[in-house]
Amino acid sequence: MTLLENIWIVPVLPLVSWVLITFFNRRLGERAATLGTATVLGSFVLSVAAFVALVRHGAPVSSGGLWLSFGSVELSMGFTVDSLAAIMLLVVTVVSSAVHIYSMGYMHGDRRYQRFYGTLGLFTSAMLLLVLADNFLLLLIAWEIMGLCSYLLIGHWFEEAWPRMASMKAFMTTRVGDVAMMIGIWLLFSQTGTFNIVETTQAVAGGQISLAVTTVGALLLFGGAIGKSAQFPLHVWLPDAMAGPTPVSALIHAATMVAAGVYLVARSYGIFLGAPDALLTVATIGGFTALFAATIATVQTDMKKILAYSTISQLGYMMLGLGVGGFVAGTFHLVTHAFFKALLFLTAGSVSHAAGTLEVHKLGGLAKKMKVTFWTFMVGGLALAGIPPLAGFWSKDEILLETFVTGHPVLFWMAILTAFLTAYYMTRLACLVFFGPPRDKHVYEHAHESPRSMTGPLVALGVLAVVAGLPASPLMGKWLVKFLDFGQTLPGLMTGGGAGAGATGAEGAVAAVGHTLAATGAPGGGIVLPIALGAAFLGILIGYAVYGTRQIRRESLIRAFRPVYLLLKNKYYIDEIYLAVFVRPAVRLAELCGLFDNKVIDGAVNGVGSATVAVSAAAGEFDNTVVDGAVNGVASGTMATGQRLRRAHTGLVQSYMVAIYAGAGVSLAVLLWFLFAR
Amino acid sequence: MINPSYAVILGVLLFSVGLYGALRSTNAVRILMCIELMLNAVNLVFVAFSRLRPEAMIAGQVFAIFIMAVAAAEAAVGLAIILQIVRQRGVVYMDKINLLKG
Repeated sequence: MTLLENIWIVPVLPLVSWVLITFFNRRLGERAATLGTATVLGSFVLSVAAFVALVRHGAPVSSGGLWLSFGSVELSMGFTVDSLAAIMLLVVTVVSSAVHIYSMGYMHGDRRYQRFYGTLGLFTSAMLLLVLADNFLLLLIAWEIMGLCSYLLIGHWFEEAWPRMASMKAFMTTRVGDVAMMIGIWLLFSQTGTFNIVETTQAVAGGQISLAVTTVGALLLFGGAIGKSAQFPLHVWLPDAMAGPTPVSALIHAATMVAAGVYLVARSYGIFLGAPDALLTVATIGGFTALFAATIATVQTDMKKILAYSTISQLGYMMLGLGVGGFVAGTFHLVTHAFFKALLFLTAGSVSHAAGTLEVHKLGGLAKKMKVTFWTFMVGGLALAGIPPLAGFWSKDEILLETFVTGHPVLFWMAILTAFLTAYYMTRLACLVFFGPPRDKHVYEHAHESPRSMTGPLVALGVLAVVAGLPASPLMGKWLVKFLDFGQTLPGLMTGGGAGAGATGAEGAVAAVGHTLAATGAPGGGIVLPIALGAAFLGILIGYAVYGTRQIRRESLIRAFRPVYLLLKNKYYIDEIYLAVFVRPAVRLAELCGLFDNKVIDGAVNGVGSATVAVSAAAGEFDNTVVDGAVNGVASGTMATGQRLRRAHTGLVQSYMVAIYAGAGVSLAVLLWFLFAR
Repeated sequence: MINPSYAVILGVLLFSVGLYGALRSTNAVRILMCIELMLNAVNLVFVAFSRLRPEAMIAGQVFAIFIMAVAAAEAAVGLAIILQIVRQRGVVYMDKINLLKG
């Protein structure tokens, strides 16, 4: 209880490490890693305790209080621990701990080792803050801090051009979505007068906001999610973000930060439920992105880029799950994906550590050299492909099931196709990297297994990738599904809707969600499992036929589908289109502005300057001649007069006396003349 | 009783003598003495007019007494100044004292 009320300590711990590392950078040296890891592990332990406490307590716990009040507006800030937040706490701290430990080996000897750990701490803190935030304002603050950390860490090796450019691209692309999100938050605030998520949800459920405003607000919020979770059309930054160190890719660009968009939709799910059109948009964009990114992933040749496109695809999957009303399905996939995708990225880091390259056509046959990396990669890959009983299977199946039973046939088949492609490209990746003959002798001979600090986290995440799905499986009575149940996550919506006299659209939607949850075992749903498994195994089979046994020749495939191959190879030319439509015009506009600045503004400024000089010259001339002349004239006139008058001053008392009596005499004469003469 | 107008005429004469002396003399002491002469001439005229015009009561005579008091003070101060000048500069002639010449 006391822990749940003082949950702020969880995000503060990594923040402390960041502050300490920032201030004692030099003195700490490589001990910064120990400090960072210790604080994150502390957060992890506290998160576990909080999770257990919440399960015992059985209801969300809020803490915090009034933060600002101006006029009639009162803003409160605080934390809420509910089932969603508690699970996210676990996910974030687990992955972050793994990455912290892993980086001790991976980043060893790096020039900015301390800065790396400091920023990791700040990031972890921000992500935990985001998870716990009970209002949009705090959420936005954490959201932006994460964006900053992402920027800093992508550009960790900023001496080279690629990371530098990639960090800028990531920051600016996500910023497009962030602006939309900010507008959305203010729009909702202007309607409800509160930033609090539960209160906003209640306002939506109570019908205090019109449907149009709710829809626009939800879509604007989703805009932020599109940017952060790299959904089409703002997905372009994530593949380039791989320029950062691999542990960063694992933590930020696979497991946690990019999932924040999904988390945002899940956190404000009540608002989306009040706007069915917005929810459908989420599902459509998610489904499309899933398929779109999966197709690109099939032809990429950089191991990390393949995983990056896979991440985009899986995030689309989560959006699809949320969009069709599968709250639990979407968030559950977020959890399992965090584990196995972080694992896959860390194995990629291990490969690059050992082989010095991630270009898949230079690798091959590494299975013998790197046993731990190989086996953990296989676990992660199979989990991603959706092979039972690994974690990915349960969550993916849940999403497919939701899509199917809610009646979205097009999205369902897109998702199935995505599942097939996912299995295919993971098989391709596994074959190219770990099986077959070594393609580059030098790389192969150089390769070796990574140190303990790196393989340890791999094994830990591997275990999680196996078991993380079990709590939601029928084997454990779908315990996690019940725990994450919508009603418990957003109790305000339920009570608010129940107390309200009129049944609103949102309440209907809640009922619908409850229905689909109940329908998980409903007739018709049974067909989903065989289809999904069939697609996955088919993908593995074809992938193995092409890259494993080479029964289908890769070259002939490329020749047969040359236009498609080129289209995919160039990622649908999206980057080129953006370059032509947004970047070049922006640069052109900037050049134009520069020209305008140089010619017109500078001309005006310089003109004003020289005009001022001319005017002051004239004024100076006037001052020298007229004003000084007048002053000097007065002075010399006074002097001349004085020269004349000084003679009157004899200094002799008697001469003065004469003047006095003369004056008196004249006065007397005048007086007498006035008195008598007239 | 003597006609007061004689007294006025005498006063005018005395005043003129005093004025002439004050303006023409160079010895500081003599100038002071001439000034005393002028003051007493004025006293005489005051008293004479006081007699000529009874309706003014004795204002003229009171004035005369005032002037005597002032004259005594003036003589004391003036002599003291002259004494200091002589001590400082060793000279008593006013045409030699022209420090304030413009």
